[in-house]
Amino acid sequence: MIHFVVHEKDDGVGVVVVEGCKVGQKTTGWIMEPDSTVNVSLKSDIPIGHKVALKDFKVGDTVIKYGVDIGKVVAPIKKGEHLHVHNVKTKRW
Amino acid sequence: MISKKTKFWGYRRENGRVGVRNHVIILPVDDLSNAAAEAVANNIKGTMAIPHSYGRLQFGADLDLHFRTLIGTGSNPNVAAVVVIGIEDQWAMKVADGIRATGKPVIGLGIEGHGDHDTIMRASAAAKKFLQDASEIHRVECPISELWVSTKCGESDTTSGCGANPTVGNAFDKLYPLKTTLVFGETSEITGGESILEARCRTPKVWKDFMFMFDRYQAMIERHKTSDLSDSQPTKGNIAGGLTTIEEKALGNIQKIGRKCKIDGVLDKAEVPTSPGLWFMDSSSAAAEMVTLCAAAGYVVHLFPTGQGNVIGNPILPVIKICANPRTVRLMSEHVDVDTSGLLRREMTMDDAGDALLDCMIRTVNGRLTAAESLGHREFSLTRLYESA
Repeated sequence: MIHFVVHEKDDGVGVVVVEGCKVGQKTTGWIMEPDSTVNVSLKSDIPIGHKVALKDFKVGDTVIKYGVDIGKVVAPIKKGEHLHVHNVKTKRW
Repeated sequence: MISKKTKFWGYRRENGRVGVRNHVIILPVDDLSNAAAEAVANNIKGTMAIPHSYGRLQFGADLDLHFRTLIGTGSNPNVAAVVVIGIEDQWAMKVADGIRATGKPVIGLGIEGHGDHDTIMRASAAAKKFLQDASEIHRVECPISELWVSTKCGESDTTSGCGANPTVGNAFDKLYPLKTTLVFGETSEITGGESILEARCRTPKVWKDFMFMFDRYQAMIERHKTSDLSDSQPTKGNIAGGLTTIEEKALGNIQKIGRKCKIDGVLDKAEVPTSPGLWFMDSSSAAAEMVTLCAAAGYVVHLFPTGQGNVIGNPILPVIKICANPRTVRLMSEHVDVDTSGLLRREMTMDDAGDALLDCMIRTVNGRLTAAESLGHREFSLTRLYESA
């Protein structure tokens, strides 16, 4: 079963695509390009559509999704944690 | 599967363009004329009034856009005939004359000096004739190359970028070689994805034209912003759906133009393209404003991917909703025309999803009503550039 989707293999985040993902859950992600899978143990509850960190990030790091920069880390994030507006901000505007 | 041999059933208009709906519309030039327009549509069943909030004391580029949008709306090949009503004769005639250039039946009426009663009576007589005449226009078989297709996404979330938007992209990659006329836009929602667009522009001139529009929009945002826009772009709905930054939203947005088709040109708001191909239209990212501009530019069917469940429709264009978020598909199924949530369970390939959308699109242009049409969604929103005088 697929719990999250990763656009490209070097992306630092996956998108949770099922409801009810809970802390401690062992989840499987589908890397769309190239077609492969990855496993992550969740350290947060993550709602459907929200992102899971696939590695540790420190403040100032860049988050990559679709193989492209989607913003900067403003609070430390551990692999398996919920990555969203509380720890990542735009570099624009 | 669509191919060069694919045909659809459309309405051939006087100027040669092909529509997929056969509306007779009552078009107010200004806010003051909404009541008369709605009264006419109430009298003559089967016509449709398109009320809106603007049209007085506008000037310069903003007024030009107002006229371009109204004339474009009336000129759209999904419209068989138009009754234009304005408070003053002069602007009503200007809009009517602009639409008349297409050759379709149109009448312009001013309310001043007559009052609502007399105007509604004369407009109703014209609308009745237009409606009866339009009811005798039959669909004819047309080549797929005569189809003009627009796209814009809304209430996006991260599933839009993984599922619904690339479904549209797959469909665009299949429509592009068939010499169809395509458009996408949402200028602020390219922020962070400019380099991807640069690689997709057919010529350096197209890239230069795009960057002119892009920089102009960014300068407008810089001039007026009071924060990082995290209260409005991404929207609260986007953020609830998991989108974190404008860059992430933009990269999802760009999935709608697929992997292969090239951007052949850049349009100003509501500007009519001059040849087949993929066009970028400078436009707001607000759903109803953007779809209204697509209709004014002459597009006849709209592909609208959503994540969290945007319910938009348009009075002129059938708006086809595509959704890959299983929760939204479950909770808001009455709004979804094409469910591609199987993509995210690896039960469906992107090619399958694109084909399912194209199949729905062909059925829609042949006459099947969309979810939004059935539910009565007719959002018509004019884009304003600045204050009225």
